[in-house]
Amino acid sequence: MNRRLPTNLVIGAVLVALVVGVAALSLVWTPHDPTLMNIRGKFADPSEAHWLGTDQLGRDVVSQLMAAARNSMTVALVAVLLGGSIGVALGLFASAVGGWVEDGVMRLADLGFAFPALLFAIMLAAVFGPSLSNAVLAIAFINIPIFARVTRGSANQIWTLDYVSASRAAGMNKFVISRDHILPNIAAAIIVQATIEFAVAILAEAALSYLGLGAQPPASSWGRMLSEAQTLMYLAPQLAIYPGLCIITAVLGFGLLGDGLRDISDPRLSRQR
Amino acid sequence: MSVPLLTATGLTRHYALPRTSLLRPAPLLTAVDNTSFTINAGETLGVVGESGSGKSTLARMVMAFETPDAGEVLFQGQNIHALPAPELRKLRQQFQMVFQDPYGSLNPRRPVGWSIAEPLRAIGEDENTNRRVKEALEQVGLHADAADKYPHEFSGGQRQRIAIARAIVTRPALLVADEAVSALDVSVQAQILNLLMDLQDDLGLGILFISHDLAVVGAICDTLLVMQHGKPLEAGRTADILRNPAHAYTQSLLTAAGVHT
Amino acid sequence: MLELTDYSVNFSAGAALRQANLTIKPGDRLGIVGESGSGKTMLALSLMGMAPDGATLSGALCVDGIDMTQRNEIEWQNIRARRVAMIFQEPMAALNPLRRVGDTVMEPMRVHEGLSHDQAQARALSLFEEVGIPDPAARLRQFPHELSGGQRQRVLIALALACNPALLIADEPTTALDANVAVLITDLLVRLSQERQMALVFITHDIAAVARATQDIVVMYGGDMVEYGPTAEVLKTPHHPYTKGLLDALPDPSRTTHDANGKRRRLPTIPGTVPQLQDLPQGCRFAGRCPVEVPQCAAQKPATQSFAVNRSSACHLNEGAKR
Ligand SMILES: Nc1ncnc2c1ncn2[C@@H]1O[C@H](COP(=O)(O)OP(=O)(O)O)[C@@H](O)[C@H]1O
Ligand SMILES: Nc1ncnc2c1ncn2[C@@H]1O[C@H](COP(=O)(O)OP(=O)(O)O)[C@@H](O)[C@H]1O
Ligand SMILES: [Mg+2]
Ligand SMILES: [Mg+2]
Repeated sequence: MNRRLPTNLVIGAVLVALVVGVAALSLVWTPHDPTLMNIRGKFADPSEAHWLGTDQLGRDVVSQLMAAARNSMTVALVAVLLGGSIGVALGLFASAVGGWVEDGVMRLADLGFAFPALLFAIMLAAVFGPSLSNAVLAIAFINIPIFARVTRGSANQIWTLDYVSASRAAGMNKFVISRDHILPNIAAAIIVQATIEFAVAILAEAALSYLGLGAQPPASSWGRMLSEAQTLMYLAPQLAIYPGLCIITAVLGFGLLGDGLRDISDPRLSRQR
Repeated sequence: MSVPLLTATGLTRHYALPRTSLLRPAPLLTAVDNTSFTINAGETLGVVGESGSGKSTLARMVMAFETPDAGEVLFQGQNIHALPAPELRKLRQQFQMVFQDPYGSLNPRRPVGWSIAEPLRAIGEDENTNRRVKEALEQVGLHADAADKYPHEFSGGQRQRIAIARAIVTRPALLVADEAVSALDVSVQAQILNLLMDLQDDLGLGILFISHDLAVVGAICDTLLVMQHGKPLEAGRTADILRNPAHAYTQSLLTAAGVHT
Repeated sequence: MLELTDYSVNFSAGAALRQANLTIKPGDRLGIVGESGSGKTMLALSLMGMAPDGATLSGALCVDGIDMTQRNEIEWQNIRARRVAMIFQEPMAALNPLRRVGDTVMEPMRVHEGLSHDQAQARALSLFEEVGIPDPAARLRQFPHELSGGQRQRVLIALALACNPALLIADEPTTALDANVAVLITDLLVRLSQERQMALVFITHDIAAVARATQDIVVMYGGDMVEYGPTAEVLKTPHHPYTKGLLDALPDPSRTTHDANGKRRRLPTIPGTVPQLQDLPQGCRFAGRCPVEVPQCAAQKPATQSFAVNRSSACHLNEGAKR
């Protein structure tokens, strides 16, 4: 028997630990105030005071990246939790009730799939003005159909098991069965999906902020740092490279972690690919 | 005149097969076709047939997991498929089921006492739960301590005893056993069959006993219903059918069970 | 053609097979019966040189007079399929769902015997006919899910026969099948064994099937071969208390179900359950459940006693009784 953990899991876990660790650290400590401007010290080269130098307004890059990590994690967490809970609840409900209700919910989910998230965010921004909370809502919204589908698929399998029939024979109602039997047995699949969607949410947040539809100044965000650095591409290319690298690290980390978790929770899925 | 425990009349159930063409409606498979039977209190009706003959579908209709397309099931004189949901839920404690797979019929994440108590929780019974779970465990020949252990700590035969404990904890009048001993070894199978007979004598249970093995059915059932392709082929007293099968199909089941008539 | 001498398979938890002795001659049909965990599959895998990784093997295993215990995987590969072939319990799990069954059956012929595609196809076609698959030419191109359980098992038999083995081991070939289909498959195996002069080891827990199919029978319990003899004799007059208990526990439709008082008869049972590998008694494996146990049973492994050329049992009570 091979007990080694899959490589993607290990690498993913290390990257995630790094990003989450930095985000957590920024809660209590950053080298400088990430929003503190110092026009005279702009575009500073890396030094002992500013490990990665300063940007066009003289703000410390390391501190900004750290604060942005925290914001990014928060947005992804809230969005995935919000969208995930609604999606899981819908999926459980559809699976429990079955029949035309199930079909209806799943068709609605398909509709949600077909609706581009960016478009939805732009719409929200147009109606309510651009803000981080609208970005969170938009990202949460795209997560609903994804989780609804995964949940309903796994739940339908559990519903066919004998101990669920036994529970029905006992006279339990379907919502109690969903809570007692279905949810605990599909939790692994949901956690795997959540990890993967976390990566997607980080990317979505960066994209929305890049377009100015996400984090508003003075809050730090990798996406905004990227868009601000874009105009200075020739002057200070490193300012675009750092947030870019951060995004890659975070997205790759959560993506690999999710893949790895799936591999160990269901070896069949990974072999099929 | 006494009402039989359970009367099924003209039960029929269709399933839609996958469509062969977008334009034509999905073809229908008749899983159970116009099947009738009665079970009296304290008696066992055996249903035999090869796999796919509709035995489990029949069981699911008797358990009101599925609604028949035609026909009705009267339990103690009430049409269970016409009952409103809350009343059906209350009546469910009167008819319980034991499944084939001793590994799949208990939630692996819960101690077995929790699973056994499930029918009691469903009727909102709280105070006596522990006592009744222990009673049920002892009735099926297990120690009362078993309640705190998890399914993986038991052998297949013990799990089947636990499943039976769950089925009798509400003191039902009818037990539906769908291939309940088919996955067990011969010596364990004999123990479980004896347990079912003991419980029947003690509690006056009616049993609907489903199996593909005519030898097993012969050992426990008073009356017999032989099914093929969803249709009832022959029915009658077990001893008569075993001695004198009316159909070649029943004869072939006898041969498979090692009987040469 | 195949001989096991004091052959054991040990795991860290205990012996899954203990000092097995067995001789198989060409054309023999031998049944192996026992409840789950008695070591039947371990025996079958050992005969194929496929004992699991964690196992320590001891004793001798000779195929065609050559001791195979020290041989490596490559040498075993030359023997598998061509001398000794095996079919498994789950016909669905043993077939690749993504390959046409014809390709699956043709593969060993092309690999082991270097047949061309056309030659292999012709042989596959005749094999499908031989194992009773209707419309064989069309079936070759089908996928496993398009076949019924019985037909899948026939395909697996054809696959096992592909390289004309001298011994076919069938590990519970009918357990996953319907009772009347099981009878057909059992009869097919017997016919093939007779027509090809191929030895058959038929492993099952179905006593009715073994009575139908085999000349000799080995009864196993807890990794021991507790009784051996001609099938009809062993089933009629079992010597070992476990064999007796097992046969009694079998429901018998020809027996009346009610006693003189009109009370329903209970089935005779063996008390207790089969212990886990690590909990098996050191002496006789059946100690603790045996109705006729004597003090020495739990401590001392009973020697195998021969009653006739062809009949033996391992029980302390038989010692000296009928030497
Ligand atoms: N939910 C279902 N949907 C479609 N077909 C079904 C369903 N359940 C059972 N069937 C079909 O109905 C027939 C009877 O099945 P079943 O009652 O399970 O038979 P048995 O229990 O005797 O093996 C089979 O052909 C089976 O494939
Ligand atoms: N890989 C293994 N490691 C440890 N024990 C095993 C292994 N495979 C089987 N066993 C044990 O060996 C015993 C015999 O198993 P098996 O030959 O599969 O029995 P049968 O086929 O008669 O049901 C069982 O107790 C089983 O738990
Ligand atoms: Mg069934
Ligand atoms: Mg086995």
